[in-house]
Amino acid sequence: MKIGITSMGAYVPYYRISRTTIASAWERGALKGERSIANNDEDSLTMAVEAATNCLHDVNKQSVDVLYFASTTAPYAEKSSSGLIATVCDLQTAVSTADFSNCLKAGATALQAATNAVKAQAAKQAMVVAADCRISYPKSDQEQLFGDAAAALVIGSENVIAEIEFSATVNSEIIDVWRLAGEQYVHTAEERFAIEKGYTQSMTQVIRDILRKSGLNPKDISKVVLSSPGLKENVNLAKKMGFGETQIQDSAMLQVGNCGTAQPLLMLIAALEDAKPGDRILLAAYGNGADAFIFRVTENIVRMTPANGLKRYLTTKNLFSSYNRYLSFRELVEPVQGEPFRLFPSNAAYWRDQKSILRFYGSKCNNCGTSIFPINRICDTCGSKDNYEEKRFADRQGKVFTYSVDKLAGRSDDPVVIQTVVEDDAGVRYYLLMTDYDQAEVRVGLDVEFTFRKIYEGANYINYFWKCRPVRNGGDLL
Amino acid sequence: MTMKDKVAIVGMGCSKFGERWGLGVADLAIESAYEAFEDAGVGPKDIEACFVGQMYAPVGGLAGAQVADALKFHNIPVLRNENWCTSGHIALIQACMAVASGAYDVVMALGVEKLKDTGYPGLGTGRGMSPVYEARRTAPGSFSLIATRYFEQYGLSLEEGKQTIGKIAVKNHQNGLLAPKAHFHKAITLEDVMKAPIIAQPLGLFDCCGNSDGSACAIITRADTARTLREDPIYVKGFGVAMDTVLPHSRPNFNWTSFDALKTSSSKAYAMAGIKSPREEIDLAEVHDCFTITEMLIYEDFGFSAPGRAKEDIDAGFFELSGGLPVNTDGGLKCFGHPVGASGLRMTYEIYKQLQYKVDNPKRQVRNVKRGLAHTFGGGPQLSAVLIAGNEKG
Repeated sequence: MKIGITSMGAYVPYYRISRTTIASAWERGALKGERSIANNDEDSLTMAVEAATNCLHDVNKQSVDVLYFASTTAPYAEKSSSGLIATVCDLQTAVSTADFSNCLKAGATALQAATNAVKAQAAKQAMVVAADCRISYPKSDQEQLFGDAAAALVIGSENVIAEIEFSATVNSEIIDVWRLAGEQYVHTAEERFAIEKGYTQSMTQVIRDILRKSGLNPKDISKVVLSSPGLKENVNLAKKMGFGETQIQDSAMLQVGNCGTAQPLLMLIAALEDAKPGDRILLAAYGNGADAFIFRVTENIVRMTPANGLKRYLTTKNLFSSYNRYLSFRELVEPVQGEPFRLFPSNAAYWRDQKSILRFYGSKCNNCGTSIFPINRICDTCGSKDNYEEKRFADRQGKVFTYSVDKLAGRSDDPVVIQTVVEDDAGVRYYLLMTDYDQAEVRVGLDVEFTFRKIYEGANYINYFWKCRPVRNGGDLL
Repeated sequence: MTMKDKVAIVGMGCSKFGERWGLGVADLAIESAYEAFEDAGVGPKDIEACFVGQMYAPVGGLAGAQVADALKFHNIPVLRNENWCTSGHIALIQACMAVASGAYDVVMALGVEKLKDTGYPGLGTGRGMSPVYEARRTAPGSFSLIATRYFEQYGLSLEEGKQTIGKIAVKNHQNGLLAPKAHFHKAITLEDVMKAPIIAQPLGLFDCCGNSDGSACAIITRADTARTLREDPIYVKGFGVAMDTVLPHSRPNFNWTSFDALKTSSSKAYAMAGIKSPREEIDLAEVHDCFTITEMLIYEDFGFSAPGRAKEDIDAGFFELSGGLPVNTDGGLKCFGHPVGASGLRMTYEIYKQLQYKVDNPKRQVRNVKRGLAHTFGGGPQLSAVLIAGNEKG
């Protein structure tokens, strides 16, 4: 039985900042390239939902029975994030969920755990989602190097696109990159120590181990995918291990940055996007030790479309013009919040209405056929009571029917709020905030899709809901 | 059953509207109530029940108790209405029904709102019932959805659309100059409107009403005994109230340029008052100009203008003080601001004084008036209340 990756999905936020912009704010040298920045309504959980959505597009969700979420920046320190992601993705309630945290290789470790679950026939299809949105000290190299992104993979035994042939792991105790409980900023040890005794030592060992186990040589590998703390470490290490320039998978460090637990999986997706049947891919991910895998790409790889890949995100972007915006979007400086809603959020109401709020279901009247969002018990058109079918609308697209550009409702650093009424192809209407927009492109008739975001906070918990955003094909609107 | 000529308004009061930092809810209520007592020639002890319109009651919705305490309305029922912008109007209609039912002979309807105690410069964020589905919803944002769609449906460019609704702002500010109790006394030009900062595109500063404190009230009694209190009682001819969905946003095919609640509430009031052609038979109207686009929409849904044709009437000056149907003769919400629960009664106060030929500045007195209409439109928007009054029976 072949076990391996059966689907994949990447996500990189719309916003980027040039490293020159960060550097000039501090009157220091700039590193090359740009990095991604999550919008102020995004966090690791919403980015994970985006990647998972891309990944699940052509997957039978009924047979996804495991969901593992890996992140060092989960929004809740106590409360399941994986369970919330599974709910938003509308997976069955009998899904086994777990959060992998604290370690930068948690994404790869979750991939190993998912593989083991399928191998042991404890799971039919296991999904792994990794996302990170890490904060580094002002003026540090890491401030320029870190990026925000997410990646998702489904592991199964049917329609495998990349079989997992071998795996290896190394544990290594070292204080090289760390953050104490309750702290916001990532600490790093002296760079030469961290790279030599941390990254290089563990990665070298795990790559040697997996090559020995597999009986393969570097020349047998089509692409070597190595996580990289900085711009060059993966290249230096790969060359030292005997891999040639063309074998080395680009780290996307110049466009995205080091996106923590998501980085090795995102790079793997990029490698698969360019792979052909028969290719062998070696993946190694670092974090207090290392995990490694060798994949054999199958003929099913042709089923993957650009929607599953990373490339489309590299050209879909909007550059911040100032460093200040990065500071306030990551809440490193505190903006004056917009006026809160006059109704206090309710844990009970949020729980009760989760089918509409989180799973994005509306109702379709069995009597007259009218569909409406959110779920209405009594049909607004014909008055039928409790006679409806629940339908999920999350995967639909629509057009802006009317909108407002409200300059009263936002917070001080991001004052403009776009409210929209959206109509989908089937005539269902939605009242949603718009996100990831350029104000100049907002118009009646604009094509939009739905995206899961933070709406507001006001009860010590995070209120997630859906927004709409312009549909983009690369840099262009649809 | 019709309510036509069953009850009469025999006294009204209206506070000065504005940023009344030094006055509380109780002070504002006293200011309007004592003017009404004097006007009707009755005292607080004559009031048998009080209906209070207030949206943002300060403590757990206890607006009725606050007004009762202020006016020493002891041992009578004091009931609050909180239907958004229509609160005051509906409190007035409840007062009329209470008298018509025979339960009471003399009652008061009082609207009061102290917006400047809320700490926010606007009407606030979150206008609806759900903090999730209606997050970041503001009043200008909600009403600009209408303007965007109106311009789109009738092919008006942003410039043309803004100029058209801008003329409503210019008109109302011109009228407000002649109203001493208004919050704003400022003549503006169309150029001012066009150049004003945007609040919620396409609505700019002068398309939005102000945020004020104020109170207004009415004393209602039976029509058959009204003339024992004064020579010129004003008779209630008809009313209509219609509630629609809080989220028309979700309704398939909803066009955003015409609201069922507006059409229903006005047609019910016309039917009760025996009005067949409102454009000809209504002599003046105070309508809900929370935003200029709202007033334009109302012209059409109330039958003052044909659908899509309000622009022609606006351009022709039909709704100006000297026009065929003067609208918002006191400057409307544009100049009085919108202390939510008070507005319906403040509008009725203007109609009442006009029908008595007793407005506080004769320069805005409309001639040959028999019937006037007052109207508020609130919430999502989905709730509309209309009251028609006349100075003669029949």
